[in-house]
Amino acid sequence: MIGADDQFFIDPSRCIGCESCVLACMECDTHRGRSMIHLEFIDRSSTTQTGPVVCMHCEDPACAKVCPADAIKQTEDGIVHSSIKSRCIGCSNCVLACPFGVPHYVAAIDQMVKCDMCFDRTSIGKKPMCATVCPSQALFFGSVEEVTRIRTERPIQEFQFGGQPLRTKVKMMTAPGTELMDVDIMDFMPGAESTMVDIAALSVWTEGMEVLNA
Amino acid sequence: MAIPTLDEAQYIEKFGPHLNYEPPGGWEAHRQTGEATLVKTHCCFCGVQCGIQLKVQDNKVIGFEPWEEFPVNHGMLCPKGVKRYLQNEHPDRLLSPLVRTENGFAEASWDEALGRTASAIRKIQSEHGPDSFAILGGASMTNEKAYMIGKFARVAVKTANIDYNGRLCMVSAGAANKMAFGVDRAANPWSDIPLAKAVMLSGTNLGECFPILTDYVWRARDNGAKIIVVDPRMTPIARTADLFLPVRPGRDSALANGILHVLIERGWIDRKFIDAHTIDFDRVRDLVKRYTPAVTERISGVPAASVVRAAEIWGPAETSMLLHARGVEHQVKGVENCLTYINLVLATGRIGKPGSGYGTITGQGNGQGGREHGQRCNQLPGARDIENPAHREFIAEFWNIKESELPHTGLTACEIFDAIEAGKIKGLLSISFNPLVSIPDANRTRAALDKLEFYGCIDFFLSESGRHADVVLAGSLQEEDEGTVTTGEGRCVRLRKSVTPPGNARVDWEIIKDLAQRLEAGDHFLYSMSEDIFRELAAASKGGSADYSGMTYAKIEKNMGIFWPCPNWTHPGTPRLFEGGQFHHPDGKARFHAFEYRPPAEDIDSEYPIFFTSGRVVSQYLTGNQTRRIGDLVDQYPEPLCEMHPLLAAKLGVQDRQPVRVITRRGEIVVPAQVVKTIRPDTVFVPYHWPGKKSANLLTNRALDPISKIPEYKVCACRIEKVVQS
Repeated sequence: MIGADDQFFIDPSRCIGCESCVLACMECDTHRGRSMIHLEFIDRSSTTQTGPVVCMHCEDPACAKVCPADAIKQTEDGIVHSSIKSRCIGCSNCVLACPFGVPHYVAAIDQMVKCDMCFDRTSIGKKPMCATVCPSQALFFGSVEEVTRIRTERPIQEFQFGGQPLRTKVKMMTAPGTELMDVDIMDFMPGAESTMVDIAALSVWTEGMEVLNA
Repeated sequence: MAIPTLDEAQYIEKFGPHLNYEPPGGWEAHRQTGEATLVKTHCCFCGVQCGIQLKVQDNKVIGFEPWEEFPVNHGMLCPKGVKRYLQNEHPDRLLSPLVRTENGFAEASWDEALGRTASAIRKIQSEHGPDSFAILGGASMTNEKAYMIGKFARVAVKTANIDYNGRLCMVSAGAANKMAFGVDRAANPWSDIPLAKAVMLSGTNLGECFPILTDYVWRARDNGAKIIVVDPRMTPIARTADLFLPVRPGRDSALANGILHVLIERGWIDRKFIDAHTIDFDRVRDLVKRYTPAVTERISGVPAASVVRAAEIWGPAETSMLLHARGVEHQVKGVENCLTYINLVLATGRIGKPGSGYGTITGQGNGQGGREHGQRCNQLPGARDIENPAHREFIAEFWNIKESELPHTGLTACEIFDAIEAGKIKGLLSISFNPLVSIPDANRTRAALDKLEFYGCIDFFLSESGRHADVVLAGSLQEEDEGTVTTGEGRCVRLRKSVTPPGNARVDWEIIKDLAQRLEAGDHFLYSMSEDIFRELAAASKGGSADYSGMTYAKIEKNMGIFWPCPNWTHPGTPRLFEGGQFHHPDGKARFHAFEYRPPAEDIDSEYPIFFTSGRVVSQYLTGNQTRRIGDLVDQYPEPLCEMHPLLAAKLGVQDRQPVRVITRRGEIVVPAQVVKTIRPDTVFVPYHWPGKKSANLLTNRALDPISKIPEYKVCACRIEKVVQS
């Protein structure tokens, strides 16, 4: 059973791009084979980095604010739900407005659908499906106390998009001190200018450790 | 002549692969009606054998629920596990025995199909001798079936030529383990990984091939471990490693020798452990003197500084785990590579302790158990040696036959195909094996299948190989039978029958039992349920190296798996081997092995200047006979791509997704290029899950490791041509 304080954490640095989360999302009873989440290949030409995209459940959700039909509701627990079928007019304002690229307009049902953090599962004490199956636990469901005890990355929930600050219910795990990680296999081969730079010097966790140990 | 009578499109139309996206009756059907039962069992793919609950209604598998209490994966699953439930009611599922006609296949009765198979076996053997009929088994089968097919070959068919597709998987690691430690099993439970302070992953695309072990590695890192990844490709697990060593394909033994050179030079070896618990260190010490970092760089393509850095991470670590897989094992020096890596473990004395040890990660569902119970050509149950007189005597007596009647060592999987080609083997019965897609040099494999006088195939879907069959025996999926498998960490777990086989299909072991009866050996196969077979294999293993004699179904279920050896009823099993430095050779000591680096069987030259290597993608399993039928898994990676570095692509004038022709001395394929900076510029990679004109194994080299007879999938020479589209 899940705890009352359990929350959702995303750590893209752990993601292995397997899409287990996306496929498992289809299997939730109420989803009927439709996944509410997706996986981004950040730039496959230069990296195997991938990023799982679930709804961040903004405290002041842009999707709901721009909805002309008032079809997107936020419940007291902070969950921002899929559009209400009887209200959604399929205009896709929410799709355009979301800074994280979460909502999908599904033409077949003329309705926007999105991740509701497995409301049907969490309401009966189960963890969200994607965070349960995630093989690398890039998607993690547990308490803040637990995640900060077992991991060196730290959760954040404040974002800045241009001039617009944003606060979310879902937390993103980040490593202090990381600015850019541009990986090319050539950097690790003989004759490369940066041969001596092993990936430890670039790795988010090692830097995180150094900061923590300082 | 086992030649297909239809063209490929006609077979596909009838037998697939068709893409199944939905549970039986569609998404709406079962979700509204009645209660479903949850059956606690395991995934059918890969050696991790994740616990999963299959959702069953009206004798149909309709979905799954994570099984969070199972201690290995805690509910975690990869995409294959999530969608594995879509097979039992799949439209391609074989529902009846088939016999070949001039127009493909016709449904047949079991009596006809079994009768034709049995009489073909006896006819071929009477004309060409007992060994002219071969049996091929599979490492995805349960322990029960692995045991039974081995016994069936020797006692009922009386042929020496029984081998299995594990020969294509990890036999080089198995042989190396026996040579170094005196036993063939991963030395540690996976729960030791998070306790390690250094983790070396060599030739294992862990994130894609054993996805849930990723969490174990990340937990090690959370505890302060440094991760070293050795691979010609920057795989998902390599992306965030502390040290990435982009080894040139086929150079692994040189790299490991080079790392040991630095360990010895810097004094990072455990002399006390070496003296007390090992032999032959001095030979290795003398050999690796030549492998300076500069020499190692020249051979392996890994910078000297990185070789030193690897030693600096590995050497002083308090605890460490070394894990390898097919990358180092699929070579003509597979055994040598593994033994050279084992030297790194023995030299530091870090084995047999919490957080310290070694293991090969077996790739197939029962990669471990499948190699222990006698379906290998050189082995008897309990991982016994078929040429050891005492072992032969024990098993012959156990099987109630004369020792002289027990066949000796037979041919290995690839050698069986060489022998078909040479006309020495005329008949074949396979179960859970798709050699046309999995054996290297597929053009030769196809010709060999065509040449067979009789080919019988037991399977649940009609594989590409099965199209050649004279008789197809519709067998069972993993979820349609009771049984056990032994996972990559040596844990024997329990599989539950969730549903009965659909239509007129039958449980595999019943098919084999009936065949044995028709071969007048029915008295040796008096089983009425899977557990009867398990009891017999456990008793047969008593006193053997892989001792299951203290296990029962109930005990396995209660403990969520038991690690062998488990020699008596009160024994709890043995998660960690070699505690206290006790190895399984008669003198209790481990062996160092000194191997000079030698090049691959086929190295690059001016005509074929690029290394070719192959492997898996996360959404497909082995030859794809199961996973190429599951819609969402196919959509995830629909066709093989040729990964190449932008430097190579620029030289060839190739853009991302443009078709390229990959040519080796054995064949050629045309596939789209995937231009990525995550692979060495001197190497291309194509995954091997596909048949026909896009099959990577049209290109690979059927050159075998002299000890283990594993083929060299991981390195050969190719050239690439840009395909100009008109």
